[in-house]
Amino acid sequence: MKLYCLSGHPTLPCNVLKFKSTTIMLDCGLDTTSVLNFLPLPLVHSPRLSKLPGWVSKDGTINLGKELKECAGRVFVDAQPEFCLPERELLDLSTIDVILISNYHCMMALPYITEHTGFTGTVYATEPTLQIGRLLMEELVNFMERVPKAQSATSWKNKEIQRMLPGPLKDAVDVWMWKRCYSMQEVNSALSKVQLVGYSQKVELFGAVQVSPLSSGYSLGSSNWIIQSHHEKVSYVSGSSLLTTHPQPMDQSSLKNSDVLILTGLTQMPTANPDGMLGEFCSNLAMTIRAGGNVLVPCYSSGVIYDLLECLYQFIESANLGTTPFYFISPIANSSLEFSQIFAEWLCHNKQTKVYLPEPPFPHAELIQTNKLKHYPSIHGDFSSEFRQPCVVFTGHPSLRFGDVVHFMELWGKSSLNTIIFTEPDFSYLDALAPYQPLAMKCVYCPIDTRLNFHQVSKLLKEVQPLHVVCPEQYTQPPLTQSHRSDLMLELQPPPMPYRRCSVLNLPFRRRYERIYILPECAVILALT
Amino acid sequence: MPEIKVTPLGAGQDVGRSCILVSIGGKNIMLDCGMHMGYNDDRRFPDFSYITQNGRLTDFLDCVIISHFHLDHCGALPYMSEMVGYDGPIYMTHPTKAICPILLEDFRKITVDKKGETNFFTSQMIKDCMKKVIPLNLHQTVQVDDELEIKAYYAGHVLGAAMVHIKVGSESVVYTGDYNMTPDRHLGAAWIDKCRPDILISESTYATTIRDSKRCRERDFLKKVHESIERGGKVLIPVFALGRAQELCILLETFWERMNLKAPIYFSTGLTEKANHYYKLFITWTNQKIRKTFVQRNMFEFKHIKAFDRSYADNPGPMVVFATPGMLHAGQSLQIFKKWAGNEKNMVIMPGYCVQGTIGHKILNGQRKLEMEGRATLDVKLQVEYMSFSAHADAKGIMQLIRMAEPRNMLLVHGEAVKMEFLKGKIEQEFSIDCYMPANGETTTVTTNPSVPVDISLNLLKREMALGGPLPDPKKPRTMHGTLIMKENSLKLVSSEQALKELGLNEHQLRFTCHVQLQDPHSDADTLHRIYTHLKSVLKGYTIQHLPDGTVIVESIVIKVSSSTEDSNTKVLLLSWSYQDEDLGSFLSSLLKKGLPSGIC
Repeated sequence: MKLYCLSGHPTLPCNVLKFKSTTIMLDCGLDTTSVLNFLPLPLVHSPRLSKLPGWVSKDGTINLGKELKECAGRVFVDAQPEFCLPERELLDLSTIDVILISNYHCMMALPYITEHTGFTGTVYATEPTLQIGRLLMEELVNFMERVPKAQSATSWKNKEIQRMLPGPLKDAVDVWMWKRCYSMQEVNSALSKVQLVGYSQKVELFGAVQVSPLSSGYSLGSSNWIIQSHHEKVSYVSGSSLLTTHPQPMDQSSLKNSDVLILTGLTQMPTANPDGMLGEFCSNLAMTIRAGGNVLVPCYSSGVIYDLLECLYQFIESANLGTTPFYFISPIANSSLEFSQIFAEWLCHNKQTKVYLPEPPFPHAELIQTNKLKHYPSIHGDFSSEFRQPCVVFTGHPSLRFGDVVHFMELWGKSSLNTIIFTEPDFSYLDALAPYQPLAMKCVYCPIDTRLNFHQVSKLLKEVQPLHVVCPEQYTQPPLTQSHRSDLMLELQPPPMPYRRCSVLNLPFRRRYERIYILPECAVILALT
Repeated sequence: MPEIKVTPLGAGQDVGRSCILVSIGGKNIMLDCGMHMGYNDDRRFPDFSYITQNGRLTDFLDCVIISHFHLDHCGALPYMSEMVGYDGPIYMTHPTKAICPILLEDFRKITVDKKGETNFFTSQMIKDCMKKVIPLNLHQTVQVDDELEIKAYYAGHVLGAAMVHIKVGSESVVYTGDYNMTPDRHLGAAWIDKCRPDILISESTYATTIRDSKRCRERDFLKKVHESIERGGKVLIPVFALGRAQELCILLETFWERMNLKAPIYFSTGLTEKANHYYKLFITWTNQKIRKTFVQRNMFEFKHIKAFDRSYADNPGPMVVFATPGMLHAGQSLQIFKKWAGNEKNMVIMPGYCVQGTIGHKILNGQRKLEMEGRATLDVKLQVEYMSFSAHADAKGIMQLIRMAEPRNMLLVHGEAVKMEFLKGKIEQEFSIDCYMPANGETTTVTTNPSVPVDISLNLLKREMALGGPLPDPKKPRTMHGTLIMKENSLKLVSSEQALKELGLNEHQLRFTCHVQLQDPHSDADTLHRIYTHLKSVLKGYTIQHLPDGTVIVESIVIKVSSSTEDSNTKVLLLSWSYQDEDLGSFLSSLLKKGLPSGIC
């Protein structure tokens, strides 16, 4: 039994497990941090971005002025942003039998895996994961196709040239693997291979292995997976949360008695307390509005935004923000808000009880009804005529490289009255802001990451007692910037087996028994002694 | 041999008060707990004293499963759990859990407040009962206890209706509840995988009907409503608040829109708004089309359909009224019916099945004079139309489900005996499986034949695989040699050596020894060599050794030669073999008894 590790990103995993003659891919996360190396895609013509000087090496021998632009003291690639894909050379992707998806953030690379690779298997995901995952992919495609950029940049990827570039471009890895965004057609084709599953549903694979999703408490429909035969059990723990937010609580007890537990998707902000961050978010928002400024919240269109809106619902009146307009701008804003209301089965107990009344589970329905929250597909159209300031805008993409957020950065960046509040933990906010410098607007960093922290995970592991733990190597040492914090790593006995991109691990199993059946005809003639 | 027992307490050769007891693998399960619309006395509820004479049911039932929110499937639940007494788990889907208490409360109000009955369950009892409910998700495998697991499948029929698969070990039963196999305007079709249950318990409301296409029925329905409206008549459509009502509302709403009709459509009871809200929030339970488009246009927001007020019934001019309940046995639909029955311009359309004893059932059978309470009679002059919109599987649908699930036995409930008989014949003929149709209180026993799961040690398995030719085909049985150890409810198959080791026993060798006399005028050593050569030529592929100590060994068999004391030409062969080589040993002894061929040197 082997584990092939195709992604080095601990929260956007992509592993392949060979187990009892089946080949199972666990998640296919798409590492989008690569887009930070690209120039933003403005929605309307930006004189600033179009007049940037091209990059020429110091000695003047290399001129990549067409591909690379100098902006705010850094060098950016001037082309359609590209993503860092899971490794495709480590094993033949056409041999994969099934792909198990744990949550909608961890499936964004799906079209790259299922299309053009000869993949003929089945993808398993819960209904909310599929529906919201589809929306997020749609949004990504829409962001890219709305501002087409014909130019592709490849010269800079030449190893000799890349070495000469200034950081962080110089240090970017596997740049040849980076790919442009897929098309809607590829998304549809990929998602047509998804088969829906419910929590604790037992899915038989070829009679050899049984897989079963468990609630992981992180997002709508998010799951951990159990992969087992009659005598061996592997638990795959991806983004999980023990906090009480909107999803159904995490199912911990079913993880017990695992031979191997694969642990990924821990919090990216081990030192930031989500509740504290939420408080800071609210107070900064109120302060800015009171001073007459606007608030920009770059965020994903599903997930924590539901909790933010719920928090604001309670906060608005007490903070006297009743008249402030809240805008949610995304091609999928409406769908995301509507879909969140119809997944009662996947919600926490409190929200389920509301549905029985019957009332919508999330209070953003009321915010919309009372006109406090308005949603628009983009800044064009109705929004431009109804837009009032000061206001609060939720919009994507959190990388600040594409989507409507680019427009607001250009619009509000020059005034110190305005504030940008980062809530998503996926991108370094300083890198995200780099091409917009110098900025006058205030920047507040309140990353809200509800996934398990090291304290919670070690408690969990004590509880469920796996024989062996496999995890990304990042979890086996303290973070680089806080090397003295030995509490920010996994300390286990026996020590966890670390993996990195392109690792192939032999999983330690001791198989001793196998299941057979005695025919009833034979069973009746057996005489016990 | 293990058995599965099925006893209907209700819905056995009958429609109404569905309640079926199943005993499987030592577990007792109650499927549905309904009331009968046709009775107002004790017969209204299933006879729970069948389970136990004295008191509470908790000790006798492992779980209760409710298939959907119709009262003939859940109407007796608070009575059973709170008045008879049951504290174990009750399973139902989320929509059923949401809607069921509302209908129960409605039912309670009609019975207690309007008819003044006492000794009935209270609002508090409904609440207490619902606290015992554990919601089920589709396809989720719920472990009721270590051995009993249940799994729900989509059944169509009404919002949240489910079929359930009940499994203990390798024995299983599927109960369909009510289902339909064709998608309609708001729900999808029932689906189940090839789970091969020992028994499939299916409803059989429309056992003998093969219904024409839905489109035709819809066209008919619209035509009749339209004609009646055109001539100034009033149309009453008795429905249950949730289910068919929404489908017909969608139908009329689009028709009114298209034809630009102005006559008002009303929906009685305050439930409409609320009911439609349930459909909005549980949209994942509706059909594909509604689910796909719900963000742009929600099908359950009606423009033409308004809330009904009692006084509207006397308004002049045409109108369409949806009123509850659906079988005209009580409540608003009955009141309106009494008002309108005398006018032949009016029409009542019964869109679903009516239980025996209800007014709905009577007028559908052509009765034109009805006896009402207090000796009054009512002349029925209005037109009575029957349109089967109730979403049950027809004969074709039931056969289709059998093909999907591939059960070993079939059991029919929730239908009329005569019709069941017909369907039973058809099923037995087409699928060659046994089909049962027990009456209430009658027990059907089915013997099952489960394979016995055993854990085999990997060493033994590998050894067996090395022994015999091609890899074992998982679908073909195969004989193997090993020791079966039964310990703490688990079965292990291991090699004899391992078994001995585990049990701390010494191995005893069992050897067979025999003497064979042979006429062979040679020296002992020569005879032995002749035997060796002979066996070499006969036994190809065996290890045969001629040892210097004067023995020949074939596998574990030892052969020695000595001369008889009386006659040196008579040789006495000593053969000895272990029990494991019994076959070879007895073959050799009979071979050597025949003597050695002369041609050997």
